[in-house]
Amino acid sequence: MATGIRDKVAILGMGCSKFGERWDRNAEDLMVEAFEECMQDAGIERKQIEAAWFGTAIEEQHVGKSGVPLAMTLRLPYIPVTRVENYCATGTEAFRGAVYAVASGAVDIALALGVEKLKDTGYGGLPQRGRGGLNNMYWANISAPGSFAQLAAAYRAKHRVDPKDLKRAMAHISVKSHDNGSLNPKAHLRNKITEDDVMNAPMIADPLGLYDCCGVSDGSACAIVTTPDIARGLGKKELVSVKAVQLAVSNGQEVQFGEWDGSYFATTRVAAGRAYKEAGIADPRKRISMFDVHDCFSVTELVTMEDLGISQEGKAIGDVLDGFYDASGKIPCQIDGGLKCFGHPIGASGLRMIYEMYLQLTGRAGERQRPDPVLGMTHNLGGFPSQNVSAITIVGRHGA
Amino acid sequence: MANDFGILSYGAYLPRRRLQRKSIAAANSWFAPGLRGLAKGERAMANWDEDAVTMAVEAARDCVSGMPPAGLEQLILASTTHPFDDRQNAAIVANALHLGSALRVLDVTGSQRAGTSALISALAGGGKSLVAAAEHRLAKAASPQEMHYGDGAAALLVGSGKPIARLIGSHSETVDFVHQFRSSERAHDYAWEERWIRDEGYLKIVPAALAALFKATGIAPAKVTHFCLPCTLPRVVPGVAKRAGIAEVAVRDNLAAVCGDTGAAHALVMLAHALAQAKPGDLIAVAAFGQGCDALLFEVTDAVATLPPRVGVDGALARRKEETNYLRFLAFNDHIALERGMRAEADKGTPLTTLYRNRDMVTGLVGGRCRNCGTLQFPRGRYCVNPECNALDSQDDQPFSEASAKVMSYTADALTYSADPPAYYGMVEFDAGGRMMADFTDVDEGKVEVGMPMRMMFRIKEHDTARGFVRYFWKAAPSV
Repeated sequence: MATGIRDKVAILGMGCSKFGERWDRNAEDLMVEAFEECMQDAGIERKQIEAAWFGTAIEEQHVGKSGVPLAMTLRLPYIPVTRVENYCATGTEAFRGAVYAVASGAVDIALALGVEKLKDTGYGGLPQRGRGGLNNMYWANISAPGSFAQLAAAYRAKHRVDPKDLKRAMAHISVKSHDNGSLNPKAHLRNKITEDDVMNAPMIADPLGLYDCCGVSDGSACAIVTTPDIARGLGKKELVSVKAVQLAVSNGQEVQFGEWDGSYFATTRVAAGRAYKEAGIADPRKRISMFDVHDCFSVTELVTMEDLGISQEGKAIGDVLDGFYDASGKIPCQIDGGLKCFGHPIGASGLRMIYEMYLQLTGRAGERQRPDPVLGMTHNLGGFPSQNVSAITIVGRHGA
Repeated sequence: MANDFGILSYGAYLPRRRLQRKSIAAANSWFAPGLRGLAKGERAMANWDEDAVTMAVEAARDCVSGMPPAGLEQLILASTTHPFDDRQNAAIVANALHLGSALRVLDVTGSQRAGTSALISALAGGGKSLVAAAEHRLAKAASPQEMHYGDGAAALLVGSGKPIARLIGSHSETVDFVHQFRSSERAHDYAWEERWIRDEGYLKIVPAALAALFKATGIAPAKVTHFCLPCTLPRVVPGVAKRAGIAEVAVRDNLAAVCGDTGAAHALVMLAHALAQAKPGDLIAVAAFGQGCDALLFEVTDAVATLPPRVGVDGALARRKEETNYLRFLAFNDHIALERGMRAEADKGTPLTTLYRNRDMVTGLVGGRCRNCGTLQFPRGRYCVNPECNALDSQDDQPFSEASAKVMSYTADALTYSADPPAYYGMVEFDAGGRMMADFTDVDEGKVEVGMPMRMMFRIKEHDTARGFVRYFWKAAPSV
């Protein structure tokens, strides 16, 4: 009988490059930047890494396919390197591979690194991508903002929400993330904005305006994981261990069948339920200290807080406007600025979220530091509301 | 011909946008002051995602609505603007209409008479035929043609059954009178002087053809109650009628003011319009001019009163959106070098193998209905999507093209590339079951809402500009 991975794997070290428009850097430079920080933190030598997982989503854009770019760039000593891609949940997928490798006992120390170099397209927003021969023939002409914007239409219809109230709550989410990002030296966007800025910004995909959309960034993040015993043996004292890693992937029910109404993420609800169970958490609103969720768009964050069971269904607007998720609120969300302001280099994002949880749990979050966090939860989503990959990680103090 | 043979049904389609001729004149009269005199009324203007094939599909759907064309032997598609020179355009229409593979298809082209010639051929053949004529006409900026032309389609179902109109006779004259031409290497028509076209062309060739028709059929021209002759030159049609002995009151409106001349389709558009308004016993004469003349004479039967209502020309005219932006018209027709942005550069390829394997799904919008649990689904998978079922290979073909739907979620996307931004799309839920994320078309900005009723329309999904291919798929459009 499977027992899950709670407290079986500890984080030995983490690193994260500065995110942003890194015009002067190749993807390889960003990988090295994250890896160097991570290795210093872990305090090991390169040859101690026994396996690696490499996350990059739009690899045609920068480093190319396979595990080779990681091994070449970091000069890894002929170890197994697996390249993973799972839409925007790629970073968490890389982390999951490394965590499972250690938990299985196959290796002692494993590396997960994600990278994306998005700013080599010549235009704003995510790159245009093929979707597969047949999909190209029938999928609607969707962009990321256009697919997520539909959450708002469906949410309004379902909960009979005044469009202005929803837009105001979405604006609060973005203002909050800019406030948080302004305190993060590695964040892509560090400017503060006002709700009026958000409300009056140019429309990207109705009702998402420019400030409802996250940054499109270059960046890399990485983690080295091992067993708690080995971590202690290497001199680590305050261990951060993995409580849960869960993934739920759409199978067509939302887009083709069933009761899904377009206003929430069916996958996130399933993955969150499994993650709480794996981590032994009965009342997440009381136990989780902080969140980094996949705020690719303001409305995504809003409905996700309901899908994670923190806000009641239809009530997230109230929680958001009450400041429940602000840095000074009961459970801060996106304390590092989130995708919105830290940025969203796709392959790196899931690992970047865990990086912030790790910094907070080890008391190294600088100006953003929260008092005494115990459990941090990340939610990393890829795809579209109607068909997606929802990846959830809970990390926390070892034994908590 | 047997008494039960003739035109069984008609349908028509006109694109929703109507370009105001005063907008054309306002943009071009600095160069061609003469256009000011033509700046009256409006012309049907194809959306960027419409062409002769898509418009033919819509007209044909209207024509066969409520009467599935069982036993159809052939489909003829007439147009001088077929999107493909080598790929049977009629075969695309047949696939979109689920007509099956046991079918004779024919693309007819090369003349403004193509529509009437196709109809004569179908009526002469004796079997059951669907005749569609469609035109997406291009004209040079500031040309009189740009003012006169319109885009549109009509369709007629011909066969045995309860004909609404029987052919009394037809006559064709073939004369290589070149009033205008377009060689295969040119995009636009080249026309000669209108006075010559009128005096030596229409007023001599058409009356001669009509005279032969009336002589052969023994019908007195004065008995004709509807006379359909496409022509945008002033005073020509009454002149022809007079010379032919047809009463002036029988001359039908050529729709110039509200639609424009839809070329090879226009005689059939006018015939469909006449059939919608005709009474039992009426006589309809149809003539089309172009390197000679086709002339047809029909007698309307009692069955015209019991044919279920079609959208027809009047319905299509009522589904109208005024267009005053001449630049949008130029851009839709690729007449200006628009900066379409880097997102338009993405090459999605045209895998013909994939298209062939999935042609019913892509061209016909055919999904599945599970025999095990009844679940409707698009696209169909090998396993049923119902998690309580998941049966393997349990689905029968289920066409969704005629299924009504409602908007479940939507957006107006200004980021993704669209020839007519913002791109509207969203999830639509079919009333009978099944759902899909679909592009929307023919929507009005700010008028889309959750719950809005939609119908599916066959449209251009994308132009593969790298290979010159047209990718078709279905889109959701407001049903009213």
